[in-house]
Amino acid sequence: MDHLQKLEAQSVHILREAYREFKNLVMLWSIGKDSTVLLWLTRKAFFGHVPFPLVHIDTNFKIPEMIAYRDRLAIKWKLNMVVGQNTAALKTKQTFPDGTLSRIECCKALKSEALKHTLSGEWPRQRMNHTTGEYELDTDKEPYTGVIVGARADEEGSRSKERYFSPRDKDNDWDVGDQPPELWSQYKTDFAPGTHVRVHPLLDWTELNIWEYIDREEIPITNLYFDQGDGTRYRSLGCFPCTTPVQSTARNVGEIVQELRTGRFANIAERSGREQDKEDEGGLETLRRDGYM
Amino acid sequence: MTTTIAQNYRMNVVMAGHVDHGKSTVIGRLLADTNSLPEGKLEQVRLMCERNARPFEYAFLLDALKDERSQGITIDTARCFFKTDRRHYILIDAPGHIEFLKNMITGAARAEAGLIVIDAHEGIQENSKRHGYMVSMLGLRQIAVVVNKMDLIDYDQERFEAIQRNFTEFLAKIGVHPLGFIPASGSQGTNIAARDERTDWYKGPTVLEQIDAFVEEGAPTELPFRLPVQDIYKFTEEDDSRRIVAGTITTGQIHVGDDVVFLPSHKGSQVKSIESFNTNTRADAQAGEAVGVTLTTQIYARRGELMVRADEPAPQVSRRFKVNLFWMGTAPMVKNKAYKVKLGASRSTIQLVDILNVLDASELSSVSNKQQVDRHDVAECVLECPKPLAFDLNESIEATGRLVIIDNYEIAGAGILLETIEDDQSMLKDHIRDREMEWKGSSIRADERTAVYNHGAKFVLITGDDGVGKEILAHALERKLFYANFKAYYLELGDVMSGLDADIGDESRDEHLRRLGELARILTDSGQIFITSLSHVDDYDLEMLELLNKPNEIVVVHVGDNSFNTYAPSMVLPESPDPDEWVKKICDMLREKKVILQYSI
Repeated sequence: MDHLQKLEAQSVHILREAYREFKNLVMLWSIGKDSTVLLWLTRKAFFGHVPFPLVHIDTNFKIPEMIAYRDRLAIKWKLNMVVGQNTAALKTKQTFPDGTLSRIECCKALKSEALKHTLSGEWPRQRMNHTTGEYELDTDKEPYTGVIVGARADEEGSRSKERYFSPRDKDNDWDVGDQPPELWSQYKTDFAPGTHVRVHPLLDWTELNIWEYIDREEIPITNLYFDQGDGTRYRSLGCFPCTTPVQSTARNVGEIVQELRTGRFANIAERSGREQDKEDEGGLETLRRDGYM
Repeated sequence: MTTTIAQNYRMNVVMAGHVDHGKSTVIGRLLADTNSLPEGKLEQVRLMCERNARPFEYAFLLDALKDERSQGITIDTARCFFKTDRRHYILIDAPGHIEFLKNMITGAARAEAGLIVIDAHEGIQENSKRHGYMVSMLGLRQIAVVVNKMDLIDYDQERFEAIQRNFTEFLAKIGVHPLGFIPASGSQGTNIAARDERTDWYKGPTVLEQIDAFVEEGAPTELPFRLPVQDIYKFTEEDDSRRIVAGTITTGQIHVGDDVVFLPSHKGSQVKSIESFNTNTRADAQAGEAVGVTLTTQIYARRGELMVRADEPAPQVSRRFKVNLFWMGTAPMVKNKAYKVKLGASRSTIQLVDILNVLDASELSSVSNKQQVDRHDVAECVLECPKPLAFDLNESIEATGRLVIIDNYEIAGAGILLETIEDDQSMLKDHIRDREMEWKGSSIRADERTAVYNHGAKFVLITGDDGVGKEILAHALERKLFYANFKAYYLELGDVMSGLDADIGDESRDEHLRRLGELARILTDSGQIFITSLSHVDDYDLEMLELLNKPNEIVVVHVGDNSFNTYAPSMVLPESPDPDEWVKKICDMLREKKVILQYSI
């Protein structure tokens, strides 16, 4: 088995473990390359099926191609697609692009808060109706107790400390100092009522591994990652006001893999185009403690 | 192994050792000296130190969390991605503080090789030894020792050699033989990535060379095949009719056509296909792979069972076993308390039966006569489950020879299986003996009830797979007996689960059955004929129900193919039995067994 086969086997094992242990299980799909690989691994784990809903938090500032791509795949792969949003903040224009919040505050409002309340079922969930192709108000308001997330340990410091199964308390808080032990492929799968768990099947993958795997498996991903002819492409996808493309002429997956192995990105952090990370030195850790992905 | 494979190989290496002995500094230095840091990271951390008027330390590169920077210690295990010309690595920085031992365990358990870091100035400390012990218990075979902070003792060869002697002696006692000792200084960069003339007396490898010298452990494909069954999938969307046994192969290999056995149920079948998504059809699979297989026959194997090959050495199957257990729980492990065990894919309740010996892992001194296992103790003890588990002894197959114990929702203990102990269901038998001694019961004797009711009491259990017509038969039997003036009562497990058992989850099948057995004891004591039907029961379930129902007796009527290993049901019926015909035959049997006394039906 090569390194990608080992990573795949480990992720599949974790996904099956999560599916076995949690009744109200969902996967967060950010439309980016990592969670799309996660979605692919799910189809591997369950032999072509995706046996739980996919949740997307739509900040309304996502790059439009992302939404189109999401719905295209959702229909093609018959995904149980659920979308959540902080409609109140958007309506009252409490966002960074509206000039009323800082970047970090905006992330908190449009992502962390929206996610928290979508998972708990307190805020409306929109579910795709596969007969009409439209989103409809979901009648299921049960809280989701297991949430599968595509976080990777190499992204930044605080993520390198995550567990494969990471508990969150009622307020979505992450207690970094007191995390459960994990050994011998045994994870924390027992939870007191009211708490829930984040499951991280991609923890050991690097950015390069993700691209190598996309290449090997020919996973369809959004073409925002590729140079559109102007010499720039996105390396990491987020909201358009806070995500800048990088200078790169990589036009396909193979060229991206080459660029990461030996080229100009071999030693530059992936999230360098994500502005919210720069506001405060512990910014992302603060956000993660508050439930950010 | 060819160079290209080695380059893609990713090895996990853990850094262990006592607090403040400089594990994070060694890693930080290693990353910096091999240009493995992302561009700007070193400058960013230097700048931050300047801003906060703190001297720069290489450890800050790792201790990325705010808490750790302010306290200057590693709280949680962190992973650093790192690459040499030889291969890729994840360096796992394990915390050295006793408070965070469970984090250290998490880090070390992920590794296939380890470096134990010892401060040359402070020498061997409590957690140097404890970590040495833990690393060996967790199954790491390749260990080297870094004697760090050599600059603080002026690169003194004699003091280095004294530490080497003492620690070698300690490790030998626990069966660990280190690959080498490296005199080093993380802060000065001595023998980390490059040699240093200040230690010209040292001829061994640098830390970097030692890491590259660790040997890649291949997947254990030569051991007997073991597949802990994680789940059995039957996805019906898009007319998918496959019934797939899913799990990760821990050891060995499997091929299409192999005869397999599921344990502890002893159900056998044959591999029909190996299933996967987006790959070519395959005829075999081996250790390390997360697979799915379909079988040639419809058998009811359960998740949690161990799938093995019929032609290879069988694993142990027992309720009772001896383990070497490390306890991390905040509350001690005590006797007469139900814990949860996870062993491979199996889950069960478990109890501490006996503590044979408790070891202080840092001193290797043992304490006997302890009545409980305290936090950070390593205890040799006997555990027992209500039903047998399938496992291997750790010395023969590691992956299936380990378990974890859950207390109050947390993984609180980790153990390796040492020995199988003769299994006579002593825990359940003790319980029943105690129960019967305590049982005051009614003032009306069983024979009085039989005289008045005109029939004896009995627990009639109808077994068989789903959809074979058990319930129809059970209801017909109840109806027949009831209208013939018998005190007959049918109740199904689902009704017990949603009522009496509402306090326990659907997963605790053993506990649901135990309560059903206790209920049967009460109902038969009241003189009734208690009828129920159960799907997918195995020999162990029946033995348990039989014991729990004592002193009354159980009658088992099985519908469909007899799938029991050794248990002989009182009667075996074909699938979809004609109720009228078979109710009559069951009544005949009850008459033989003197439950029915007259010939009216």
